[in-house]
Amino acid sequence: MPITFTKPRGLTDAPTHYCPGCTHGIVHRLVAEVLEELGVLDKAIGVAPVGCSVLAFEYFACDVFEAAHGRAPAVATGVKRAKPDSVVFTYQGDGDLAAIGTAEIVHAATRGEKITTVFVNNAIYGMTGGQMAPTTLPGQVTETSPYGRDTNIAGFPIRVSEMISTLDGAAYVERVSVDSVKNVLKAKMAIKRAFECQIEGIGFSLVEVLSICPTNWGLSPQESMDWLRDHMLPYYPLGVKKDKTKESE
Amino acid sequence: MGEKVLMKGTEAIGEAAIRANCQCFFGYPITPQTELAAYLAKQMPKLNRVFVQAESEVAAINMIYGAAGTGARVMTSSSSPGISLMSEGISYIAGAELPCLIINIVRGGPGLGSIQPAQSDYFQATKGGGHGDYNMPVYAPSSIQEMVDLIQDAFDVADLYRTPCMMMGDGMLGQMMEPVEFVLRTPRAVPEKDWAATGLHGRAKHNVINSLYLDPQDMENHNIHLQEKFRRIRENEARYELFECDRDNDLMIVAYGTTARICKNVIRDAERDGIRLGLVRPITLWPFPTEAFEQTIDRTHFGYLTVEMSAGQMVEDVRLAVNGRQPVAFYGRMGGMVPHPKDILERVKQMIYQGVK
Amino acid sequence: MAQVTFREDICKGCGLCIDVCPKHIIQFSERLNTKGYHSATVPDGDMEKCIACTFCAMMCPDVAIEVVP
Repeated sequence: MPITFTKPRGLTDAPTHYCPGCTHGIVHRLVAEVLEELGVLDKAIGVAPVGCSVLAFEYFACDVFEAAHGRAPAVATGVKRAKPDSVVFTYQGDGDLAAIGTAEIVHAATRGEKITTVFVNNAIYGMTGGQMAPTTLPGQVTETSPYGRDTNIAGFPIRVSEMISTLDGAAYVERVSVDSVKNVLKAKMAIKRAFECQIEGIGFSLVEVLSICPTNWGLSPQESMDWLRDHMLPYYPLGVKKDKTKESE
Repeated sequence: MGEKVLMKGTEAIGEAAIRANCQCFFGYPITPQTELAAYLAKQMPKLNRVFVQAESEVAAINMIYGAAGTGARVMTSSSSPGISLMSEGISYIAGAELPCLIINIVRGGPGLGSIQPAQSDYFQATKGGGHGDYNMPVYAPSSIQEMVDLIQDAFDVADLYRTPCMMMGDGMLGQMMEPVEFVLRTPRAVPEKDWAATGLHGRAKHNVINSLYLDPQDMENHNIHLQEKFRRIRENEARYELFECDRDNDLMIVAYGTTARICKNVIRDAERDGIRLGLVRPITLWPFPTEAFEQTIDRTHFGYLTVEMSAGQMVEDVRLAVNGRQPVAFYGRMGGMVPHPKDILERVKQMIYQGVK
Repeated sequence: MAQVTFREDICKGCGLCIDVCPKHIIQFSERLNTKGYHSATVPDGDMEKCIACTFCAMMCPDVAIEVVP
């Protein structure tokens, strides 16, 4: 009997350490499915970040690097330049990519590195226990913005996809969400398009995935999905921000 | 044998690296080593090899981490403040056991410092620099020819032990021109890089390049493994030169790099004053060649004088090696000032005639 | 008949699958799994209502669900 849904070969059998309801697991699966469907699992090389997904190297069944905090795009640059035939991706959270690693992501994008970045934005530092992230929303309460993020003191969130899309080296940039079945399917299509962009050699690609952090948001997984829809979607509008793949057609 | 060509130190490093089959270079401009990057920017594309100017030293060393992790022979280059920035990455590279070569053309410090020659980064190079219990082989040539000769050896040692290696010169060595000959050297037999993350290509087990061990017992086991490796490097890879040491001397000078060249002149000048000096010249700063002191400890009357372009860094390792058996004195200039032979000889005479330690 | 299988010991009981099941047949198990969570399950008799839409599997962060048509 044909199986309608089963674990993709791109994931190992290791149970993840993520909290209940954490959507990292969904995003991992989407990346693994895309690698399998594109037939590139055998030449895929991942770069894991520091943050909640620090152990991603145990979950992806391809070869993986564990990078220093924020440096995944630089590591991926080294990998891709040394092995241009491989399919290279970074998997990064918002603290890793948009705070400590801002220089690396901007320059990897502007160099047009033929790599794909999967950027998980849940508006908070998860692993260290719920501190303010560069993507924490104005007014959002975290461990280090206990009175709500005051933009006079802590400045404003970064809209990473919009920022990266201004760079000429960035070929495909899309923001998606995993708050519903429909959006999960769209997220997968975006990730697939981003990898295709790399494989076709068009340029740098990034997919920002709006995600939830029930533990540090202090909400149930169900409430977290509502919070994402009510608060994150208005600030971080979904959609394709840049698509050079169409221009090249 | 090849012919001798007149080359600037930094460019000679680039040419030697190319001949040693360096596949990728990642770097960031900083004085006084930028000509190396410029040389490789010109040459590497012609050979279909990789040259990338990174956005920072931090990015450059992490590009090295990535490229080295795929099994490619890779090199970066910087100078003191840049090496400070790279130190995080070097720690990761040591932890993940990746082979690479780091060129460090040392300039005066601390801080932004000066752009003149210095040896004040000895501690940084030999005692860690980055965090965690690690060491890396550090080569300190005293001529452009020696630097060129050591490049391939350093790459081989990096591959053999899966370790970062540092080639440490000072601004003088980087900037001056000397005739050099590129002698084809027989590479050392190095093992297959079956650990590299190359993509599976049919391999059953995925390779992971990593320095994270959340379980403290696993972390300690990894450290025990690293320490065992460092012990093997200490036993097998220490290098030094003894100059005028096969005789009983009034005093032994200890110096490396440019300073050692100056001290050879001092030895010649001292002969005219009837003073017999020998020179212990460490070629590897880590592992420190303690053996050189076993060979000379009974052949010096007044002990050792360590001469450095620093406030006194290597002198600590000299004291450890001598272990109280002889007096160990120090003379140094700092901040980019190069010691003059006359002043070194003056310091020698203080020790011998006035007993100044 | 469609069949949805939960890898009980992988499940962390987040309930995201329960929310998206159009047939409302998934619920938390009475008993705790080895991790200490009430894993998701389909009670006996309800499985015949499954239409193999795979919504539950698509929302499962732990890839604990397998669906066969």
